[in-house]
Amino acid sequence: MKELIRDNTEKCEFLVHRSVFTDREILARERAEIFNKCWLFIGHESEIPEKGDYKRKKVGGRNLLLVHSHDGEMRALYNTCPHRGALVCRENSGNSRVFRCFYHAWSFTNDGQLAGMPGKDGFPDDFNCDGTKNMTEVNRLESYRGFMFVNFDDHANSLDEYLGNAKEYIDLVADQSEAGMEALGGVQEYSVRANWKLLAENSVDLYHGMPTHKTYFDIKQGQDPDLKKVKLEGKGVDLGNGHAVMEYVAPWGRPIAQWTPIWNEDLKKDMEKIKARLVERFGEERADRIANYNRNIVIFPNLVINDIMAITARTFYPTSPGYIEVSGYAFAPKGEDEEHRMARNDNFLEFLGPGGFATPDDNEALELCQEAYNNNQEVQWNDISKGMVRGEDNTLATDEIQMRSFWRQYKTRIEQSLNKEVAQT
Amino acid sequence: MTVATITRQDVVNFLYTEAKLLDEWKLTEWAALFTEDASYTIPPIGDPDANPKDSLFFVHDTRARLQERAERLLKKEAHVEYPHSTTLRNYHNIMVGDLDSPVIRVECNFTTHRTKREVLDTFIGRHIYEIVQMNNGLAIKSKKVILHLDSLRPQGKISLIL
Ligand code: FES
Ligand SMILES: [Fe+2]
Repeated sequence: MKELIRDNTEKCEFLVHRSVFTDREILARERAEIFNKCWLFIGHESEIPEKGDYKRKKVGGRNLLLVHSHDGEMRALYNTCPHRGALVCRENSGNSRVFRCFYHAWSFTNDGQLAGMPGKDGFPDDFNCDGTKNMTEVNRLESYRGFMFVNFDDHANSLDEYLGNAKEYIDLVADQSEAGMEALGGVQEYSVRANWKLLAENSVDLYHGMPTHKTYFDIKQGQDPDLKKVKLEGKGVDLGNGHAVMEYVAPWGRPIAQWTPIWNEDLKKDMEKIKARLVERFGEERADRIANYNRNIVIFPNLVINDIMAITARTFYPTSPGYIEVSGYAFAPKGEDEEHRMARNDNFLEFLGPGGFATPDDNEALELCQEAYNNNQEVQWNDISKGMVRGEDNTLATDEIQMRSFWRQYKTRIEQSLNKEVAQT
Repeated sequence: MTVATITRQDVVNFLYTEAKLLDEWKLTEWAALFTEDASYTIPPIGDPDANPKDSLFFVHDTRARLQERAERLLKKEAHVEYPHSTTLRNYHNIMVGDLDSPVIRVECNFTTHRTKREVLDTFIGRHIYEIVQMNNGLAIKSKKVILHLDSLRPQGKISLIL
């Protein structure tokens, strides 16, 4: 069996074989063992608040329709016509009681049930009595604190069990608002010419912060000369099941309740009030953690929730070993005061997203890795050992425990597949 | 002092100058075309009139931030644009609003090509400018970039100034 991950605790060395970033055969196995079996983020409940609301979503390579049906249920329907296959819903989002396939005009209520078709007399009376002509629904759709996930494996453990220790960190994000969090409009759909696992790594990698994002920190320094007083410091934690987090302090302002001098006095008072309310709700220690600590969470395999200078979530899927489609979300407390929200969004755009001062440099780093994997034949291993010398329970946020947690889970799942001759579900 | 009469050709030349400065990576000179209260924005795809409070823009720059953007891109540590990509901007279908108004509204289509590491990406869309007359010529009060794309695939990022 080919060795893909070398995890040598004694030597404090952790290696990843670079073929995992370029090999098509491995991607096929990832689809079978990971994307067809793990819980995958589909969206946030706030995206479809009203009955009839729907949004098209690409998840795990499928074309899905996330819909708030009229019976009150949220459903993920496979967006394909049970007749001869056409994409049923072509709008990206909207509100509708029925979906009509334009090809032969079969129509479906928004819970997926076949409602009618032209030329009914050509079909038997009991046509669809077994429901096989309804739009097919993803059997497993579960949510945690508003974050919705699907699983294409009907026998998978519950989402709750799957998230496990990661729930504590999702709570620290969701608890920031008593009214609940909402996804902003304008989910950013972009791409990176790199392997999907490079983005998972990068999103929980504090080690690259200073060298890759120096221009961002220069700009922050220009805005606030006292900035250097806060360093990037904290801890990295393995959350099990391939999930991991880094929790740390950072010099930027946090729009929940860590004020910075770039913001005005009104905002300072507003944030003091929010902080006081957090203390009331959760006590001093947890309130401080929510307000002043940053957390980058990776939920295996392809969801990242970053609660940093703003809150973003990104999910990504490989269409080939060297190309991913990314969806980037912004989250904020529902009903947030206008000025506060604008400060939050400005903070977001300064660093994050395809037009930010940082994310494009990440994108470039990943693409340069991918390009240089052309040398894989002769140069075979990535090193992900940083912090192992400290012991895995004492690692810093700037160590690489987050990535090792991801890779250890990856190893477990892929090695099962490597025992099979071909990728199979 | 009399204010010089502006012609359509003045406005068109001004826009072409803007495009040329960007293509030549003269970014501080580009920033200098903007007024003190200027803005540079890129709303979400498909929602050009989105409210920046409720929607995630790609860019929502004040004058100060567009200066930072320009200066950042000239640094060697702006890795995504180091070495600089090669770009070519075309402005077409230029429509110039009322020349006698204190704020002249100008719209045009744009095609911006970017090539780096032998990969060519193209951005298409529409620019909407508010242009004002200053003592030393014309200046941009606002520039809004409306992308006519389905998504940022395969472009992946807007590291350039569009
Ligand atoms: S394919 Fe949809 S109605 Fe025929
Ligand atoms: Fe980064």
